[in-house]
Amino acid sequence: MKILVCISHVPDTTSKINFTDNDSKFDSNGVQYVINPYDEFALTRAMWFKEKQGATVTVVNVGNVSTEPTLRKALAIGADDAIRVNAEPTDGFAVAKELAEVVKNGGFNLVLAGKESSDYNGGMVPGMLAALLDFSFVNACIGLEIEGEKATISREIDGGKEILSSNLPLIIAGQKGLVEEKDLRIPNMRGIMMARKKPLTVVEPINSEAATSIISFEKQAAKAACKMVDADNVDELIRLLHNEAKVI
Amino acid sequence: MSVLVFAETSEGKFKKSAFEVTSYGKKVAEQLGTNVVVLTINSNEPTLLYMYGAEKVLNVSNDALRTFNAKVYANIIKQAAEKENSKLVIIDSNANAIYLAPTLAVNLSAGYASNVVALPTSTSPFTLKRKTFSNKAFNYTELTTDCKVISLAKNSFGLVENKVDGNVEEFSPQLIESGLTSTSVEQTTGKVTIADADVVVSGGRGLKGPENWGMIEELADVFGAATACSKPVSDLGWRPHSEHVGQTGKPVASNLYVAVGISGAIQHLAGVNSSKVKVVINTDPEAPFFKAADYGIIGDAFEVVPKLIEKLKEFKANNA
Ligand SMILES: Cc1cc2nc3c(=O)[nH]c(=O)nc-3n(C[C@H](O)[C@H](O)[C@H](O)COP(=O)(O)OP(=O)(O)OC[C@H]3O[C@@H](n4cnc5c(N)ncnc54)[C@H](O)[C@@H]3O)c2cc1C
Ligand SMILES: Nc1ncnc2c1ncn2[C@@H]1O[C@H](COP(=O)(O)O)[C@@H](O)[C@H]1O
Repeated sequence: MKILVCISHVPDTTSKINFTDNDSKFDSNGVQYVINPYDEFALTRAMWFKEKQGATVTVVNVGNVSTEPTLRKALAIGADDAIRVNAEPTDGFAVAKELAEVVKNGGFNLVLAGKESSDYNGGMVPGMLAALLDFSFVNACIGLEIEGEKATISREIDGGKEILSSNLPLIIAGQKGLVEEKDLRIPNMRGIMMARKKPLTVVEPINSEAATSIISFEKQAAKAACKMVDADNVDELIRLLHNEAKVI
Repeated sequence: MSVLVFAETSEGKFKKSAFEVTSYGKKVAEQLGTNVVVLTINSNEPTLLYMYGAEKVLNVSNDALRTFNAKVYANIIKQAAEKENSKLVIIDSNANAIYLAPTLAVNLSAGYASNVVALPTSTSPFTLKRKTFSNKAFNYTELTTDCKVISLAKNSFGLVENKVDGNVEEFSPQLIESGLTSTSVEQTTGKVTIADADVVVSGGRGLKGPENWGMIEELADVFGAATACSKPVSDLGWRPHSEHVGQTGKPVASNLYVAVGISGAIQHLAGVNSSKVKVVINTDPEAPFFKAADYGIIGDAFEVVPKLIEKLKEFKANNA
């Protein structure tokens, strides 16, 4: 089994969100970048397939040179090698087209991604990649088993789950449940040392055309102060919810 | 040229979001000076969509489509878009819709914008306001392709009544093979899900243990709400993982979110920012959640919640 794990490079979840250049660019000043949290689930599941079923694991990112520490971190967690497609990831469709080239050239038959990037929250790259390659695709994946060519996949649905089956090749967009959170791997010293020697190949993009472009950003409007209600006067809360907020 | 809306059903019934996307689609069609066509699959009562401006409804009736399949559904929507000469397809943001959307976009060579929260700010260039950075900000995205797919964030537009004399046309698309087989569906029925709920009542570590969730469930019951929890609560196994909300859990976009014993960490807030009104009950006046809330009570959940249940029951009885 040849596994490709798609790694999105995102601001740490506690980052302050600010914009520069007249609100046209994200301000990365002082921002710590990490592996997208959903992709960590995918990567950890991939490590399991490597250790238990002898799969090889390649990680890939479409991004500029600043994403390399994130790819090295994935190598330190245990991936065999890494690929960076040297392009600005401005649009999901374009990223998916770049990744499709990587999948075709590398002969991967299982692609693990996250259900969305925690920065742009597109939720589009894995599904588009699957459609471009005509691979089976399962979104919001919370369980994956592979036996030979056959995959058993669970996905989260509103109020429950669905079990699906498919043959490889397959792409899944994962989240918590794909592995348990306590099983997520963090790099250890040995992993970090080894990662330095593992191959990180930079490939040039096919320069796929974007379908969307972000013109500007806007922060959430400042909130009005919270109205405090006395704990002995919950009637007042109900009145406010009914008359003022009109939600009950 | 027309605007195509996909209105989802569940067991033959429309979800509330089906009416929301129809309301939205009607307005966008007006902006573009065109008409709206609404596609639905196995609806028991397609005419309900007239109330929200659906001039024309395409209804597909086919038992083979009882179980959702993203690839098959995306292909049906594509066939409908081609038949109706629609360059703009609008869907909601339920689990199934966001699952099929990227496939649909590739099928139509369309640009795709998810998490859209308002009417286009301009139709030429076609520009949309979207949630981004896990609800901490918005962006304005231009779609530059001829064909476009947009997914409307839940509860961001609301239902707009706009009754028209519509008509329903039966539509029989070709069904493609998908290579993916659904072997079973496990779904709790009769319980409000976080995704569909108008009100969500959520508990945090301040509730001390799973044995104290009785009052949270009772409060949820009186509100007709879904129950939810913070991440540590599901990590500790006090509540099922499916209830965990936040940046790494489920997003909540309800009208009302009641947070009991939750501190309001940034990752929790990221998941509940889209709720319209937030009520916080917490013993600590310094809890960060108060800064993000609309109404707050500083107090012990074990005293406040039972009182709230009692008063809410009275209110419901008087306003029934
Ligand atoms: C990468 C990452 C992702 C994360 N994702 C999420 C996420 O998706 N969702 C999420 O929720 N968290 C997430 N977290 C965790 C988050 O940072 C917080 O740790 C968590 O939200 C805290 O949960 P809590 O408010 O229930 O508990 P605590 O922080 O322990 O707060 C308990 C609160 O209860 C109050 N309290 C105590 N007793 C009472 C009482 N008797 N009555 C009323 N109030 C009382 C306290 O004053 C306190 O404010 C994430 C963290 C990381 C690092
Ligand atoms: N620039 C990128 N490089 C590699 N993988 C990506 C990139 N952007 C997104 N992905 C993958 O696609 C998933 C969904 O991302 P998105 O569609 O951007 O929300 C992520 O969790 C990653 O697995």
